[in-house]
Amino acid sequence: MIEILRIAGSALWAHKFRALLTTLGIAIGIFTVGVVMAIIEGLNATFSEQISSLGSDVLYVDKRAWFQGHEEWVRSRQRRNIGLDAVDYIAQRSEYVSHVSPRVFQRGTLKYGDKSLESVTIQGVHEDMAVISGTEIVAGRFLSRTDTRHKKAVAVIGNSIKEELFASVDPLGQRIFINGRRFLVIGVLEEQGQMMGRDLDNMAYVPAETLLKMFGRRWRNISIALKAAQPDMVGEARDEVIGIMRRYRQLRPGQPDDFAINQQSTLQDLYDNATRMLWMVAIGIGSIALIVGGVGVMNIMLVTVTERTAEIGIRKSLGARRSTIRWQFLVESMTVSALGVVVGFLLASGAAIIVERATPLAARIPPAWGGLGVGVVVVVGLVFGLWPATKAARLDPIEALRYE
Amino acid sequence: MMQSSKGSSMRASGGNNHLITLKSVTKVYDMGKEQVHALRGVDLRIRPNDYISIMGPSGSGKSTLMNIIGCLDTPTSGRYEFEGEVVCDVAGEDVTKMSDNELADIRNRKIGFVFQTFNLLSRTTALRNVELPLIYAGIHRRNRIEQAKEALKQVGLDDRASHRPSELSGGQRQRVAIARALVTKPAIILADEPTGNLDSVTGQEIMVLLDALHEQGNTIILVTHETYIAEHAHRVIHILDGQIDREELTANGKAAA
Repeated sequence: MIEILRIAGSALWAHKFRALLTTLGIAIGIFTVGVVMAIIEGLNATFSEQISSLGSDVLYVDKRAWFQGHEEWVRSRQRRNIGLDAVDYIAQRSEYVSHVSPRVFQRGTLKYGDKSLESVTIQGVHEDMAVISGTEIVAGRFLSRTDTRHKKAVAVIGNSIKEELFASVDPLGQRIFINGRRFLVIGVLEEQGQMMGRDLDNMAYVPAETLLKMFGRRWRNISIALKAAQPDMVGEARDEVIGIMRRYRQLRPGQPDDFAINQQSTLQDLYDNATRMLWMVAIGIGSIALIVGGVGVMNIMLVTVTERTAEIGIRKSLGARRSTIRWQFLVESMTVSALGVVVGFLLASGAAIIVERATPLAARIPPAWGGLGVGVVVVVGLVFGLWPATKAARLDPIEALRYE
Repeated sequence: MMQSSKGSSMRASGGNNHLITLKSVTKVYDMGKEQVHALRGVDLRIRPNDYISIMGPSGSGKSTLMNIIGCLDTPTSGRYEFEGEVVCDVAGEDVTKMSDNELADIRNRKIGFVFQTFNLLSRTTALRNVELPLIYAGIHRRNRIEQAKEALKQVGLDDRASHRPSELSGGQRQRVAIARALVTKPAIILADEPTGNLDSVTGQEIMVLLDALHEQGNTIILVTHETYIAEHAHRVIHILDGQIDREELTANGKAAA
């Protein structure tokens, strides 16, 4: 085997330039697929992370579905509100849900000293929201169970509020006014940036009970956020919560649900579709280029076999079996395609680096390249090398020896 | 290293000590409409350490005979035994033939070819050329290089091992080819016009080398159309129109007998 590799190597070395040209088709195929894979990998590493930070394993129990037709919307308006007591009801009964928190929204004006900030999203939540939202605390602490139980007037503020109201002061322990009511700042959230033009940092968390007591009616409608115990158990959690909510609503079998389980999967689906399209394009272009490249390999191997007819005759007269000759040429065609794969990957790596540097897109070199490369070498080399190699193996030694 | 005949079923009936036996061997080439009878019933026996010349004008069938003896080709009819093993036995419908792989193995282990045009691999060094039959015999690298160097030494080219054929003279190239033929210690050395592409002085040197190999116990079959070359052998077989015309002992042969 080592000998066959050596023979193939020296045969290719004798026609360096030709071998390089032959590999071009394969190199282009690998390059295309490689670059697209790198970009998708890059997208996965950044965009997908953002999407999942929205919580692909987070479910929302609401009175209505987020996306629905007009008729449904009118009908669902008649439904009863979901009260705060549903939160504990779910938390006590569910096995597949690890964290539960209400979400009550209030638009508010924040004041600190002589500075004020309008249109701030105030979210009334429980302590579990820290885990559900996945946001880190950069200073102080998040809301605690005691805060929510005792309806304390405490707030965890977003990054924008800290910068607008507390330019030079440490916000921790300061008193701010939300819609005229006094709150103690106990924590600051990490910066979250923008999402579709909305400033995600222009917000504050307060205990849900406090918010309802201060600003809302007692039976105001709330939304409930749930986090599945395992990312792969979202489906189970969903089914379980539907059952619990039906009991909470005291629905009889056969009666339709009067609530909805919403999920942040719509964006994920959109993203998956987009990358799937990219994949299809890459695979399409890649396979056409590989076929063209493979035909190139076959062509050059046929020329090689004809050129080396005398050599084949000599080898046969010295006792080379048919299979030995066939393997010699197969290894040669596989070596050519291996060369193409290497060249293609090198080019693609270069392109990935350029994309990474020059555009906001990230490009990562995925480990799957290794497998792809080996696959291409074997398939292209074998498939397109088989005919020329067989032709060489079948040559009649006498005629081959006589060939000039 | 040398592996002798396998199953006894393949053995010939007669307990002779012939290396090669040809019995009424014919070869017909199908050239479209007409058939060319290259050999019309050849009987030939070769004993170990024979030194034979096959002579004949071009078209006489000597090349075909050579190819059949060399297991590069098989007869249309007749029987060919090599070291008592049936290479080919065709009598009407009854056909016994070695497989392609078995023929390749006989060429590899039992026959050493020396060609008129040397037939060395041009991109490879002398040593690698000599190694080639050993590679196909599956000899381990270390032993292979040792044996190849030994063979090169035998033809007096041990200092040219790393030269490519293009860096060698015609005589030297033919010596490399002879070393390659020798390296597997074959049962016979088949030399097809070995001096045909060489000037007479160099040709003479090659013949001296072949004579020496015969002295050392090798069996040599020489194909030539030059009488002075043929006379190095002990026996000369004249082929004419696909048949053995006559057979004569040379001066060397008479001296040996």
